[in-house]
Amino acid sequence: MNFDEWKDFKPGKWQDQIDVRNFIQKNYTPYEGNSSFLVGPTEKTKKLWNEVVKLYEKEHNSFGGVLDIDTKTISGIDNYKPGYIDKELEEIVGLQTDAPLKRAIMPYGGIRIVEKSCEAYNRKVDPDIDKIFHTIRKTHNDGVFSVYTPDIRLARSSHLITGLPDGYGRGRIIGDYRRVALYGIDILIEEKKNDLETLNVDSLTEDIIRQREEVSEQINALNALKSMAEKYGFDISKPAKNAKEAVQWLYFGYLGAIKDQNGAAMSIGRNSTFLDIYFERDLQNGTLKETDVQEIMDHFIMKLRMVRFLRTPEYNELFSGDPVWVTESIGGQGIDGRTLVTKNSFRVLHTLETLGPAPEPNLTVLWSTSLPDGFKRYTTELSIKTSSIQYENDDVMRETLGDDYGIACCVSPMKIGKQMQFFGARANLAKALLYAINGGRDELSGIQVTPRFEPITSEFLDYDEVTEKFDTMLDYVAKLYIKALNAIHYMHDKYSYESLEMALHDTDVFRTMACGIAGLSVVADSLSAIKYAKVKPIRDESGLVVDYEINGDFPKYGNDDDRVDKIAVEIVKKFINKLRKHKTYRNSKQTLSILTITSNVVYGKSTGNTPDGRKSGAPFGPGANPLHGRDTEGALAVMNTIAKLPFESSEDGISYTFSITPKTLGHDKQTRITNLVTMLDGFFEKTGHHINVNVFDRSLLEDAMNHPEKYPQLTIRVSGYAVHFTKLTREQQLDVINRTIHEKI
Amino acid sequence: MEIKDQEIYAKVHSIDSFGTVDGPGIRFLLFLQGCGLKCKYCHNRDTWDATGGNHMSLDDIFRKIIRYKEYINHGGGVTVSGGEPLLQAKFLIELFKKLKAENIHTCIDTSGMLPLTNDIKKVLSLTDLVLLDIKHIDSKKCEQLVGFPNELELEFAKYLSNNNIPMWIRQVLIPGITDDEKDLKKLKEFLQTLKTVEKIEILPYHSLGKHKWIDLGLVYELEGVPSATAKDVKRAKELLEI
Repeated sequence: MNFDEWKDFKPGKWQDQIDVRNFIQKNYTPYEGNSSFLVGPTEKTKKLWNEVVKLYEKEHNSFGGVLDIDTKTISGIDNYKPGYIDKELEEIVGLQTDAPLKRAIMPYGGIRIVEKSCEAYNRKVDPDIDKIFHTIRKTHNDGVFSVYTPDIRLARSSHLITGLPDGYGRGRIIGDYRRVALYGIDILIEEKKNDLETLNVDSLTEDIIRQREEVSEQINALNALKSMAEKYGFDISKPAKNAKEAVQWLYFGYLGAIKDQNGAAMSIGRNSTFLDIYFERDLQNGTLKETDVQEIMDHFIMKLRMVRFLRTPEYNELFSGDPVWVTESIGGQGIDGRTLVTKNSFRVLHTLETLGPAPEPNLTVLWSTSLPDGFKRYTTELSIKTSSIQYENDDVMRETLGDDYGIACCVSPMKIGKQMQFFGARANLAKALLYAINGGRDELSGIQVTPRFEPITSEFLDYDEVTEKFDTMLDYVAKLYIKALNAIHYMHDKYSYESLEMALHDTDVFRTMACGIAGLSVVADSLSAIKYAKVKPIRDESGLVVDYEINGDFPKYGNDDDRVDKIAVEIVKKFINKLRKHKTYRNSKQTLSILTITSNVVYGKSTGNTPDGRKSGAPFGPGANPLHGRDTEGALAVMNTIAKLPFESSEDGISYTFSITPKTLGHDKQTRITNLVTMLDGFFEKTGHHINVNVFDRSLLEDAMNHPEKYPQLTIRVSGYAVHFTKLTREQQLDVINRTIHEKI
Repeated sequence: MEIKDQEIYAKVHSIDSFGTVDGPGIRFLLFLQGCGLKCKYCHNRDTWDATGGNHMSLDDIFRKIIRYKEYINHGGGVTVSGGEPLLQAKFLIELFKKLKAENIHTCIDTSGMLPLTNDIKKVLSLTDLVLLDIKHIDSKKCEQLVGFPNELELEFAKYLSNNNIPMWIRQVLIPGITDDEKDLKKLKEFLQTLKTVEKIEILPYHSLGKHKWIDLGLVYELEGVPSATAKDVKRAKELLEI
């Protein structure tokens, strides 16, 4: 293949086959300098951003924080007229519906959730659409519930397994949107047609039939994308011929995906260094100046800040605000030893200054101890200033994932365009431990949730007895969990297939079954208490253990104390090994995450008293964090504990949220930057996987809680993502404020 | 307790794995239990009682520190504070020997109000930096504030200077007590006679440690003394010409 649009690019096998990584490797320019080349926003950017801010205000003041809903159109890649904020000002165009911040309805995941969402915001779904999805067209949600077994239903309603994507889009799939820019749609269609031919085999087995149908759907989606772009006045059948087109083409790819799917996380991939190649070419040939380049990036990022999905208020409560996880992965090192940091890695971060802080896109720096110092210092400087960046361990992930992976959602790494996951939320292991003690009865309702096991009847809890019963309980949970996920993903593929996102993947894609753990620190501390202190269960008249009396002290997770940290490591290893025993849908590989999003609050609410002394209803620690206030030896002790959790057993990510006051980080700005760089280098050298960095004073948050109008852009990292602090519920705000903020007096 | 035991064990008040203001870089902070002074403004009143604290062995402490090497070996190190760390000099000799063998930067945070025994001299020979808290340059006022005159600590400062041991001078700025213009000028003159002062830090007084006195059932004597403001600090810095 060759195109005029590829002029000045270095040739490679990327021209013979779809291979974006090869294109990047052949053509990118590593940047080892500092941030001094960056420029501020243009007048045009300021004007446009001002309009967006006005729209935000209007949205915020609308009922339920939802500006508008198109209740008459079933969302799809090409189902809307083009929409603009201000056509004259926009360098990059394209909106999810025909107007900014107007939300779409996506009923393929489930019609009831759409109805509920519309009603919550005083709207009604168009009766014709309602009729179609109630009487003619089955949804993912209907499909799942038509096959769910009674044991799954029971485990689900008692919150043993929770957050399952059985009523909403599963998300966590990253289309390789760069392909649209580099190759144009026609080549992509041609490739898919070739794949269809490869799938023309002698025996049409169920697998082959499904694949052929999927590839056909993918081709339809690509055609729809082309048609959508045409309505905006662009012909994307061919490769992008300059940087502005490259950004526009890439964004169209992403836009198609978010018109097509209301996935729980709609991440965008790893794009800044890819785009840098185009920017460098245009800077070289004199068609762009640095101000133009930043302007294009600013306008692109503005669009990503405007992504909206229609979700129920309960969903927003669970996930704190309105997150969409437009995760963009930045930096990292190449396997040849060169840094993948380019000038554009700086520019994308710089949008936190040109446009101010924001939770989206979810800026994720792939940290390597070998990253150039200038980049390390710039990103940490921005972290200190904005609390809007998260960091993940490139040195660890590069080993198994190479150098062209990206993060989906919060912490889930996947090879871009070659790998996807079946998102599986999480199992509440704290509850599972209580079930082990109570023979499978729920500690709050008394209902027999699992098959009846022999409960513990002794006066004091015996460590060996509890661990043995817990082990048996985990066998059951693992089996049930995979059963549920198999049902869910079978139906999602069938009724709500992500045809465009998958069109931007290789046809032969690697799939993981991404399971998760909630309540890890609670379980570790509970087992530690049973082992090192004396724990007496308190039973009600029916013999159900409802509380615990603890005598003596015990080692607590989060203090770099091997006695308890090893227990946590064991649980993780044990649980993934149990999951691996079960056959998964499409032979996907079982993985595990230790991530609760912000639902640590909700999970805690539905879990009774635990043997570590945590009270019924009290929040869990988020992700892999220790329980609030249990860490007593300072920030690095917590990091040492978390770094012990093995990535090999938890390949879908291990989330740690870290908050510190500016003064505790150091006396002055430069010292703070140096200390944060050293801290991140140390944590990742010790193989920690992920860290959110928040730098703020408690008093600032308290003031923002009482005077939200003063802090419209105050952003904080809560889990693998960031939120507007003022959009959290009061309960969540208090949780953040009460959570350990490392601070010295 | 026997001497032998003191070499191997320390009485520890607490540990903080992430210190950034007690010496350069990221520091592992070891707070030892026990202090003979009676500073009215002390914000760690609970560290005074020499019979309290947890006994931790040298090996345990050393092993703990080593786990933070990735963080503290980039321009940081270990700072031993208290209490008065030099009350456990025999322990510090052994700890610092081990730390020096690992190339870890050592620092002590002390009042210097101790006679210069051989053990203390030995500790200082293994110390890369001393954070020396000058309680009060006026000996009489010093005695009122902390229970002892200042001769010993001024001697201590001179010893550091004569033996080429770097020091950071710290002065807690307490409005109406340590901020007299004459005193600060006198402090400046004294510091000018020392050769190894790398830094002079003004620590503004605050009453956030008051609750620890109350918790112990004690009367907080500086009740009503205001916290030092940024303006106070600026003025003191000007007088000290730093």
